[in-house]
Order: sequence, then structure tokens, then C-alpha cells
Amino acid sequence: MNEFIQHIINGISMGAIYALIALGYTMVYGILQFINFAHADIYMVGAFASYYLARFFQLGEHPHWSWFFIALGLSTLVCALLGFAIEKIAYRPLRKSPKLNILITAIGVSLFLEYAGQLLFGVDPKLFPPLLTESVLFSIGGINVMSLDVIILGISILAMFVLHRVVYHSKLGKAMRAVSQNSTVAAMLGISIDRVISFTFILGSSLAGIAAVLVGMRYPKIEPMMGMLMGTKAFVAAVLGGIGSLPGAVLGGLIMGLSEEMVVGYLQSTYRDALSFGILIVILIFKPTGLLGTKRIEKV
Amino acid sequence: MMKSAPLISFVILALMGLMLDQFLNPYLQRTMALVLVNIILAMSLNLVNGYTGQFSLGHAGFMAIGAYTSAYLSTHWVAPAAIVPHLLFFIFYSLVSGCFAAIAGWLVGQPSLRLKGDYLAIVTLGFGEIIRVIILNSSALGGARGYFGIPGPSPISFGGLALNAFYSFYLVAILWVLTCFFVIYRTISSTHGRAFMSIREDEIAADSLGIHTTRVKVKSFVLSSFFAGVAGSLFSHCMNFIAPSTFSMLMSINVVIMVVLGGMGSMTGPILAAVIISVLPEALRPLQELTGQDYRMVIYSLILIVLMLVRPQGLLGHKEIWNFWRKTRVE
Repeated sequence: MNEFIQHIINGISMGAIYALIALGYTMVYGILQFINFAHADIYMVGAFASYYLARFFQLGEHPHWSWFFIALGLSTLVCALLGFAIEKIAYRPLRKSPKLNILITAIGVSLFLEYAGQLLFGVDPKLFPPLLTESVLFSIGGINVMSLDVIILGISILAMFVLHRVVYHSKLGKAMRAVSQNSTVAAMLGISIDRVISFTFILGSSLAGIAAVLVGMRYPKIEPMMGMLMGTKAFVAAVLGGIGSLPGAVLGGLIMGLSEEMVVGYLQSTYRDALSFGILIVILIFKPTGLLGTKRIEKV
Repeated sequence: MMKSAPLISFVILALMGLMLDQFLNPYLQRTMALVLVNIILAMSLNLVNGYTGQFSLGHAGFMAIGAYTSAYLSTHWVAPAAIVPHLLFFIFYSLVSGCFAAIAGWLVGQPSLRLKGDYLAIVTLGFGEIIRVIILNSSALGGARGYFGIPGPSPISFGGLALNAFYSFYLVAILWVLTCFFVIYRTISSTHGRAFMSIREDEIAADSLGIHTTRVKVKSFVLSSFFAGVAGSLFSHCMNFIAPSTFSMLMSINVVIMVVLGGMGSMTGPILAAVIISVLPEALRPLQELTGQDYRMVIYSLILIVLMLVRPQGLLGHKEIWNFWRKTRVE
């Protein structure tokens, strides 16, 4: 029983991270109807940005709260800028071209970030320095609740809360929702589509930046190819919850994190990475709209 | 096109091969063999991505099925020494490999081709990875160590002229390249091909004209998987060693780059691009030796991005090479 609850705690904290990345996929999909394959690689760049910051100032030697927030801030900033730049340079000129071209460009950007990352950062995995000392926060009946899990969950919930405020209670958020419902009409009503799309990319990428530092602390091995696996899992989480739906992405992320943890705990850990593709194929065949998604009717 | 065109081109290419066999060094011959394999891969993927307009990212999976089938067959069922049956055996290996890949293509295509665009890309990618993981976990196929000692066709001699093993492989390979080319070329100018292209142009319109879109897509997918399996088979006999890591997502993306670069919906475009993409790594080798780093994939990905920005239709677009010197416009 204790073991089971421990798995649940681990699953939720990992699920929260999946949810953060899945939100980026789902927001871009909601507005542009395309999958930003490069999203997970933006996350990789964020992880390396905070890694180099930590190495430069040798933060790993004296873990402290303020360092953690500085790393978080830098990673968020780098990711936001990168997301903005990618949209501006690669995706914006293709706004009017067929979906296939944008898809190919997205794959191209993703590959470029991965391999340019290999050239810049090296192929070998790097050890992410501990920014915070990990301690047992409290234990109930033999279950240890680690401070790291609480921090991950806390930061993720905070980020999601901010996102919720921005999307549902601000003018720009209203514009975002308008564009995702019907971009032509939104443009006619005076909303600057380009600005809204840039803002969406910035928002989604900063969430990836936050996730990057959180993952770096939990699994301190980072490498240029780390985005690929994380990307597929977060994407599956987004599809599972219903792509285009924000609560769906969070739900999907949690289900993904929990089911993965259960597979590792009770089945075999080699199946962990095959699980995501399995879930994806099942969900796309039986309920392509996802758990909370709405069906888009295609008109001629 | 003439009815005897396949035969004539086979004879011409076979004679050209004699020269390649005698005058090229083994390194260039190996590159040439890979070019032929890549040409089949690019042409077959072009049928799905270019002519049917369905974006598949799982081509390496079908290639892997072909490669492993052929590897298994050729090590368990050895070809006889006599010249003609010997080559026939290799054709037979690739035929069986193609059929296995086609069956896999049918199984994968049935559920996944109901999806569109990005979803289809991800699901085919997923199936490609699943095929790879299954091979990785099956000890009969060597698992992660790979499959060793796959025989290639042995050398044949022509009268007094002793030829290298390359020529035997070359004969089998060009036979399949030409089969692939003419089968696809004639399919797309038939009713079936028109149905493929109507789905690419407008799926809803095709549906309302009474085309069973899923069935037609599966048909195109199965044909494409067949040739991917054949290419995999040739690849295994060319390399003599295969491992699951060879058939990763990168291999699929490599083929996609060939199709996109050459022009989706052109027969000769992907062939041209397959030659460029196969020769480019060899041409870039000095750069790699100079800097000590592998720039290949960075260059490929930049090619993809810049191509989509500057010339989204690829090098040739919907045209064929011969449209450029013959001034006829063919749609």
C-alpha cells in the first residue's frame, strides 16, 4: 500500500511536468491547428540554458532558493525568446501555405535544434546540478513526501494558475480564444492575429522552460536528444486530453504520468516508452477528439 | 511511353553497370548501391506522401521488416551456386520481403489512414517505432546486437570477363528500381492513380464523388510498403549487417527529405533528390574531417526549412525531368 501511494506521488509530480509541456502543444494547436514539433526541443534548449548558467556560477555547490528561481527565470526567458523567434522566422511566412508545408517545416526546426544542440552542447549527457537540497518534507505512516515533489507540483500549479488567469481573465487571453474559434472573424473585429500568435508561442514556450528546470532537477541527466521522448509523451498527453483544450492537457498529463509510473512500478520498465505510442494509437482510433476535446466539423 | 521501355532501359542500365563494375572503386560502388536502395525508398514514399497526399513518417519500419525477412530467408535458405538461379533467389528474397512489408502496411494502414495530417504523421511514426522495438526485443532476429553475416549475391563471370559481386547486386537492384518506377508510373496514370491524386487534391470532393477514400489510401500505402520492404531487402544484402538502430526515425525522415526535396508528386524529382541526399554525406566528408563534427543532419534540417520557405514545391515540383528539355507541359 505504501509503495502504491509512493508511486502515485511520483506519478503526479511527473504528470504535472507532462501537463506543462502538453499545454504548449495544445495552445498552439488551438490557434494554428498544427503540431509544433519543435516544442519539445525548445524545452531541451531551456534545460541547457539553465545548466550552463548553473555551471558558470557553480550553483550546484551551494544549493539555494534564489538560485533555483534565477535558473527558472532564465530558462523561461530563453525558451520564450526561442519560441517567438521560431514562429517569426519559420512559421509566419507559411501561414497561408498548405498544412503539409508547415508540418515539414516544424519537423525541420525540431531536427535543426536537436542536431545544432549536439554540435553546440556535445552528444554526451550532462549532469544537471542540484539547485536545491532535497529533503524529506514530512512522512505519514512510512510514506516519505520529498520536498522536490512538492516543489514540482507547487510550481506547476502556480504556472497553470497564471496561465488560467491570462487565458480566461485578460484581454489578450480573450483575443487568443477569439482567434482559436475563428481567426478570420477575429481579424475583422480588430484583433492583431500576428500578435496573438506570437503571444501564444511565448506563453507555451515559457511553460516548457519551467518544465525544463523541473525535469532537470528530478532526472538530472540532460542531452540534446532529450526533447524527442519528452515531446512524444507530452504530445500524447495533449491528444489524450483532447488537443486544443487546456484542462484536457492537464488531465492528459496527469493520466500519462500516473500510468507510466504504474507500468514502471508493476510491469516492466522497458515498456515505459512504448506505452505512450500505445495510448496514442488506441485513443486516435477509438476517440480521436480526446477526453475533453470538441469535434471540429470540416466544411467544404 | 513505349511498351518495351522497361526492357530497353533495363538493357541500357545493365550495360552501364558493366562499366561501373570495371571502372569504379569498391567505395564508390557501395555508394552507388546505396543510391539505388534510396531511389526505391524515395519513389515508394512519394506514392503515399506525394501522390496520395498522406504524410507518413514510418517508412523505416516497413524497410526494417523487409530487411529482416530477407536476412532471415537468405541465411536459412541459401541460394544455389549456378548463376541464373542464384540471382533469381535474391529476387525471390526481396519479393517475399516486399510481401511481408505489404502485409504489415495493410495492418498499419487500416486503422491509421483514417486519420489526417499531423495525426497520421505521429501515428505512422509510432508504428515505425513499435516495429523497431519488437525487432529489438526478439532474440531470433539478433535483438540489439543486430543480424550478422547476411550473404550478398556472389560474383558472376561473363565469358572471359570476370565481374565483381557488385554487378550481381546491381542487376537485382536495377531490376527492382525499374519495376518500382514503372509500376508506380503506370499506376498513377491509371484509374487507381487518379483516385490517389483526387484524395491529395481534395479529400472531401473525392469522397463525394464516390471514392472510398480509406480503401484507396490503404491501397497506396500497401503498394508503398511493398517497395519499402524490397528496398530493405536490398539494403540488407548490400550492407551484410543490419541492426534495429539503423531503422530509426532518422531513416524515415531521411526518406521524407528526399521526397520533399525532389518534389512531392514528381516521379523523377525524388530520384534526383535520392541521388543528391545519398552522395551529399560522402561529399561532406572532407568538411567533417576538417572540423571533427558531423554537420550532416544540421544541413539536412536547414535544407528542409529553407526549402519550405523558398521553394515549397521541391526541386521539380509536379514536373518531370524530361519536361524541362521537351517543351511540352504535362500536368
